[in-house]
Amino acid sequence: MKPVSLLTKECKTVNYVSGPLIFVQSVKGVSYGEIAQITLPNGEVRTGQVLDISRDLAVIQVFEGTSGIDNKETRVQFTGKPPTIDVSIDLLGRILNGVGKPRDGGPDIIPEASLDINGMPINPYARDKPADFIQTGMSTIDALTTLVRGQKLPIFSGAGLPANKLAAQIARQAKVLGEGEKFAVVFVAMGITYKEASFFMDDFERTGALERVVFFMNLADDPTIERIATPRCALTVAEYLAFTHNLHVLVIMTDMINYCEALREISTAREEVPGRRGYPGYMYTDLASLYERAGRIKGAKGSITQIPILTMPDDDITHPVPDLTGYITEGQIVLSRDLYRRGANPPIDVLPCLSRLMNLGIGAGKTREDHRNVADQLYASYAYGRDLRRLVAIVGEEALTELDKKYLKFADEFEKKFITQGDENRSIESTLEIGWDLMSMLPEEELKRIKLDYIRKYHPAYRKG
Amino acid sequence: MIAGVISRISGPVVLSDQMRGSKMYDVVKVGVEELNGEIIRLDGDLAVVQVYEDTSGLKVGEKVVNTETPLSVELGPGLLSSIYDGIQRPLPVLVKRSGSFISRGISVPGIDKEKKWDFVASAKKGDTVSGGDIVGTVAEYNIEHRIMVPPPVSGTIKEIRSGAFTVEDPICILDDSTSITMLQKWPVRRGRPYKKKQDPRSLLITGQRIFDIMFPVAKGGTAMIPGGFGTGKTVAEQTLAKWSDTQIVVYIGCGERGNEMTDVLTEFPELVDPRTNMPLIQRTILIANTSNMPVAAREASIYTGITMAEYYRDMGYDVALMADSTSRWGEALREVSGRLEEMPGEEGYPAYLATRLAAFYERAGRVVCLGSDERLGSITIVGAVSPPGGDFSEPITQNTLRIAGTFWALDTNLAYRRHFPSVNWIKSYSLYLDSIQEWFVQSGFDEWKEMRDVTMYLLQKEVELQEIVQLVGPDALPESEKAILEVTRMIREDFLQQSAYHEIDSFCPLEKQYCMLKVILNFYNRTSEAMNRGVALNKILKLPLKQEIGRMKELADVSKIKDLIGEIDKNIAALEVER
Repeated sequence: MKPVSLLTKECKTVNYVSGPLIFVQSVKGVSYGEIAQITLPNGEVRTGQVLDISRDLAVIQVFEGTSGIDNKETRVQFTGKPPTIDVSIDLLGRILNGVGKPRDGGPDIIPEASLDINGMPINPYARDKPADFIQTGMSTIDALTTLVRGQKLPIFSGAGLPANKLAAQIARQAKVLGEGEKFAVVFVAMGITYKEASFFMDDFERTGALERVVFFMNLADDPTIERIATPRCALTVAEYLAFTHNLHVLVIMTDMINYCEALREISTAREEVPGRRGYPGYMYTDLASLYERAGRIKGAKGSITQIPILTMPDDDITHPVPDLTGYITEGQIVLSRDLYRRGANPPIDVLPCLSRLMNLGIGAGKTREDHRNVADQLYASYAYGRDLRRLVAIVGEEALTELDKKYLKFADEFEKKFITQGDENRSIESTLEIGWDLMSMLPEEELKRIKLDYIRKYHPAYRKG
Repeated sequence: MIAGVISRISGPVVLSDQMRGSKMYDVVKVGVEELNGEIIRLDGDLAVVQVYEDTSGLKVGEKVVNTETPLSVELGPGLLSSIYDGIQRPLPVLVKRSGSFISRGISVPGIDKEKKWDFVASAKKGDTVSGGDIVGTVAEYNIEHRIMVPPPVSGTIKEIRSGAFTVEDPICILDDSTSITMLQKWPVRRGRPYKKKQDPRSLLITGQRIFDIMFPVAKGGTAMIPGGFGTGKTVAEQTLAKWSDTQIVVYIGCGERGNEMTDVLTEFPELVDPRTNMPLIQRTILIANTSNMPVAAREASIYTGITMAEYYRDMGYDVALMADSTSRWGEALREVSGRLEEMPGEEGYPAYLATRLAAFYERAGRVVCLGSDERLGSITIVGAVSPPGGDFSEPITQNTLRIAGTFWALDTNLAYRRHFPSVNWIKSYSLYLDSIQEWFVQSGFDEWKEMRDVTMYLLQKEVELQEIVQLVGPDALPESEKAILEVTRMIREDFLQQSAYHEIDSFCPLEKQYCMLKVILNFYNRTSEAMNRGVALNKILKLPLKQEIGRMKELADVSKIKDLIGEIDKNIAALEVER
């Protein structure tokens, strides 16, 4: 333990205010990253964090914004503490603001512990391999991009696409087969509108899940810079629930693009050298410090699974935010505007989707022995069918061989029957059955990716005898 | 002892006053918690330090103590099967000391100082030795760990003894009373010396068809794997770490996912090296600096890794070093450079990026090691690159291209179709084709060069034909060109595609690779001949041969594949011309 000084340091030496930053002169004994309380001339108290200190100057980012701060009367008090959040099991069912204070009008939280929101990196050696299959009830996810406990699997959406609906449905239906549920959801709203946030709240209320949810709300009209702290607070709570209270925590973070914009705002205000599209060069590291907080730990019963949602600007998957996210997360679920217009619901474009941890969670004893083969075959056949569509656009359907026509039909049916499912909650068995029914549209010798034994056992032609 | 005080803190960069007399790259202990750091700039009394741990909570005015040694790693028995962070702290020990999460200010030695090793002396009293000479051996798993005289030392042996010792016990004393221990320290930023470099001339066998046959890398060469996310860089790196035919593998997880390292840690002890039948972990050193671990230590991690690789190279071994991913290392450079307020080069990267990259890749090579026995050792570097947006025009890809000998371009479109490894055969290249041709011939694969050339020709031809098909449809092509499309599909699906998870296909011995390609090309030649006789293509395709070729991958027995060559000759020759 470091000795904590009882003396509080307060100064009125704010010198320079720019964007979200204030520069305070002649400060002593301030530590890097500590929290400062800023008292405005009108008595309002705001919170900030030290970003840079030198001999007599401290740079502070103010979470609630700098409007109203002057360079004469404003007083700054350094607390000597890192940013912390009070955590408790009683947070379940509560609605908090972006820095973890109740905003539902309920009683204050009696803290069980006060934790540093930055956390500490999990030692890779202490990590446990994610291996439990989570049944989301969505065919495309369960069969093709399987989610496992401890994974971080983002949803890449576009403006106007129903990513929220999908995330809510996953949160509602997700379960691990054959286990009593000890779960919690931590929902992190960053810069989304009240309407979007209330959609989630209503949905959780309707399904009775609300008392298992911790809501962190930083809405579109809340201070931007607070967004830097919001996911960190939320993940600290998630870690506490997972590793102290042994819950399986699902963290939904939306919308990551708003978080990154806040990051960019601070970086610009600090006059840092910008990277791509003005985002700071350390955005990869910064995002990693959030995403990498998902996982399982050896000897701990709980786990953290993350589903970040982000809106790709102009549906561009190469934009820095989805791009860096994809490099850190273990796969991605991509929504497609084309499919949405064709009426697919959810409009998941399976080709760019991926789950890197899929192999750990599927197979005999977990889902079914033929799962891997079925997934490979569906992928390959659908990809081929999609390629043919382009060809048809040029040479017409007449020019296709009989076999190719079947593939074309397969691709259409795949979108109608497999991808589209609406509010249905499908078990993994029924998902695989639908897959087999679709594959039976193709000649048996085309199913090259499936072992012969499995064809004998699961192909509809043999099942019906 | 030089000791200063902190005058500024900005992220991982700390400025310290009163440091005059310090040397560049000296290791310093920063603050009350004694965080590890390294001096990266000197300016009068001021020293700029990059700190390898999180700097939150540091205060201006806290002390900074210079250890006056550059960042070094400990080298000796006990490295194999270890997992370290970027500055050689063993992660299992950190778990014991601070639990599942890594806390700050922990100093742990890289090598176990308590453990006793059985040292067998091979030099004897009265021998004159100099740097690099082997004085004895220790069995580290089934690797003969050769204890060498550290480079600057030389003299006549006064005393040497076999027996059980810790790494710090003197095992050999020279007549000027210098004692030699099994432990050496070496500064990571300086390459270990060798006598001379040689051209790489033999193939690094990886068991992957697209690599070994199509775009080979030589032992002592360098290769790069760039690709967007989800194209399989990490799977490729891990596959190479599993199956490369080197005695030692160093795997650096530089700024990547924690779960991936867990994967390696749980999988490698179970997998068996096909050549030695020992668990793979016993020849592997892992360095894990995951993306959420401090950024400056990420910068150091690749130097830590390569220094360990050089140490085993100096014993006369072939070492493969996998760095996943060098882009994250470049970004760490960029972050620190930004904090130093240096003038940025392209995309914010420092102007010295190219120099640093080149300096790293040039530490690969096949060398004549120090020591009187002229032994040869090699280091092969395979660096993954993660270009933003999959765009290869960015600085790290471009600068690496200038120095890497083999270029394996991963392709997002191939990955979407689940064609793995998703190496694009049109864009990739290898500069080692000529220098290792002789190796192929000597190893009994005489026709390798011709076969590879024909394959590349066909694949290039396919691209041209596909363009035509896209415009006018497949029916417009003449039969002979349709045959090419059939054969290239075979090459793509039945030869180039290879599953990293299939129990047999995941490692494909070179002989099998060679035979598989031979079968496909034989099919092409016989088909062309038959079509010249007037046989219809459809008739050939209806033969069951196609299915058999498709199942070659799953065969463990090479002789069965060889038999296919004869079968193809027989069956196609037997086809009659329809009248």
